[in-house]
Amino acid sequence: MKLWIPFAAAAGVFVGAAIIFGADWDLPPVDTDQIGYRGTGMYHTLDREDQAALRLANVAPEPLYEADPEGDRAGEFYENVQVLGDLSTDEFNLFMASITEWVSPVQGCAYCHNEENLASDEVYTKVVARRMIQMTQTVNVDWQAHVAETGVTCYTCHQGQPVPANVWSRNLVPGEKGTALGWSGGQNIVNETAGNTSLPINALESYLLEDKPIRVHSLTALPNGENTATTKETEETWGLMMHMSESLGANCMTCHNSRAFNDWDQSPPQRVTAWHGIRMAREINQTYMTGLAPVFPDNRKGPEGDVLKVSCATCHNGVQKPLYGVSMLREFVDSLGTKTNTDVPDYTTYKPGETTTMSPANTTSIEPLNGAIGEDTALASAD
Amino acid sequence: MALLSFERKYRVRGGTLIGGDLFDFWVGPFYVGFFGLTTAFFAVVGTALILYGAALGPTWNIWRISIAPPDLSYGLGLAPLAEGGLWQVITICAIGAFVSWALREVEICRKLGIGYHVPFAFGVAIFAYVTLVVIRPMLLGAWGHGFPYGIFSHLDWVSNVGYQYLHFHYNPAHMLAVSLFFTTTLALSLHGGLILSAANPGGDGTLRNKQDVVKTPEYEDTFFRDIIGYSVGTLGIHRLGLVLALNAGFWSAVCIVISGPLWNKGWPQWWNWWLDLPIWS
Repeated sequence: MKLWIPFAAAAGVFVGAAIIFGADWDLPPVDTDQIGYRGTGMYHTLDREDQAALRLANVAPEPLYEADPEGDRAGEFYENVQVLGDLSTDEFNLFMASITEWVSPVQGCAYCHNEENLASDEVYTKVVARRMIQMTQTVNVDWQAHVAETGVTCYTCHQGQPVPANVWSRNLVPGEKGTALGWSGGQNIVNETAGNTSLPINALESYLLEDKPIRVHSLTALPNGENTATTKETEETWGLMMHMSESLGANCMTCHNSRAFNDWDQSPPQRVTAWHGIRMAREINQTYMTGLAPVFPDNRKGPEGDVLKVSCATCHNGVQKPLYGVSMLREFVDSLGTKTNTDVPDYTTYKPGETTTMSPANTTSIEPLNGAIGEDTALASAD
Repeated sequence: MALLSFERKYRVRGGTLIGGDLFDFWVGPFYVGFFGLTTAFFAVVGTALILYGAALGPTWNIWRISIAPPDLSYGLGLAPLAEGGLWQVITICAIGAFVSWALREVEICRKLGIGYHVPFAFGVAIFAYVTLVVIRPMLLGAWGHGFPYGIFSHLDWVSNVGYQYLHFHYNPAHMLAVSLFFTTTLALSLHGGLILSAANPGGDGTLRNKQDVVKTPEYEDTFFRDIIGYSVGTLGIHRLGLVLALNAGFWSAVCIVISGPLWNKGWPQWWNWWLDLPIWS
């Protein structure tokens, strides 16, 4: 008896059903953005149902109330206010109420504070939060090339959760030394940070933590030996590009004309914004996230023991302009749109539950690992 | 082109679809018929409009001439000639010429009393073209989704449309189409090689002590039975070739028509159904 026939038929029915019902098919009508000249194929088709869901998921909350900028300064009125001391007490309290809504609406004040002594730094999350406020100020002041006047607040990434939904850490794959143990160069497994492709798994580490060259494009039609980039490196770049597309709900056309990916003159201007964004994410990860490594407990680190880091998805959450371009910063310019205090304490001295004041006053301040690239350097390497 | 002596007897009247005997004649080697005239009409008008469009455009460089479809803002309406309207009229002319040619093939088949395999095969190619410039644009709601008529520009369009979906090699129908194109080529080369080998035995008398003669299909069958255990046969190889080639074209049409109307994300994410199978998820 030909047993293979029922088996093959069953497999066909099973796979066919999985394809038809398991894949997230869309249906017309669709909306399309035309990005380039007609007929160049530089379009972005958007499914209406998916877009409606994204709009619901990315709504900026209204400010709680309008604070009075007059009156006592928070730094004089309260103890241990290191970064936001120049705010009025009313502004300071509005900020505290807002950050609770933005970051820990369920856990409340106690997520960062010892409620017996609000000034104490003994809860690690308070030390992290203070550094994150400095980071937000840096982003809003130094990285306007990426965030523009719209800026960011805690809510841009946190959206009501203590840990933002889209963070990453080093993947637990066999390292290069484990060739005999299945080292595959991070390939041929599902890369969830690169749109579920099988592209190299640690692309974000290469480009958003380290500063591996992203450009692999040959500049001549035929090989002339000048471009030494390997296929693997090309795939890693593609992994980063997948990540950016998926994080922004965009596609390659948002920043590139694929007939010449390398050519800035043929690229939409969004590519410049993205270029700065890559460097911004890199500075955040190098200076702020990695810098806080001594403070984070193990349960806030990845399986390899590195801190959780930001990617494009952390802020963008699936839309090209986070929160659809609504500026929450407008109400918080004094607290998050101005660099107030850039001093950094020595985090290695932090002892959770014991350190009551984590201040740079009695420790030497740490220079950022890799500060913002000077504009001249940036422009020189831009093409 | 000379008329072969025996060809005259196959040139029979009748079998026309339209026009009866009116257009049932030959010009030199070419059968005319009603559809021969419509083919010529659409081809001449379409080509003239392409030349007109090229004259409006910035270049006479043959590689860079491009007749682009309208902006998406025109939707499924008509656009001014210089802003995509030419593309729309040229598209109508192209489809008119292609379909006329297929129907002229049908009339010749009817005259000869042979099957419609050739016009059917050409019909699949027309279907693929119509999918690109009519069916998919209508599903997406704008003629601007058609591809531009230009040597370089249509290649740029293909590249960009692929990258709209991040990584087109993950498109399952594209996988099928590419595999079928390669298989078609493989089958054709094996078939061509086999026929030439039987027709050119090339023996110099050393193997069987005699000059080799042209071999029969039994030799061809034996070659493939010896090497892979099976020979599809003299008729079968042509059925196989037709099936492979038509499927290549058909699945090409499928792979582009589902990109946009039925799938707006990156193609790699389509495979989430595999990752989500209840076996391992």
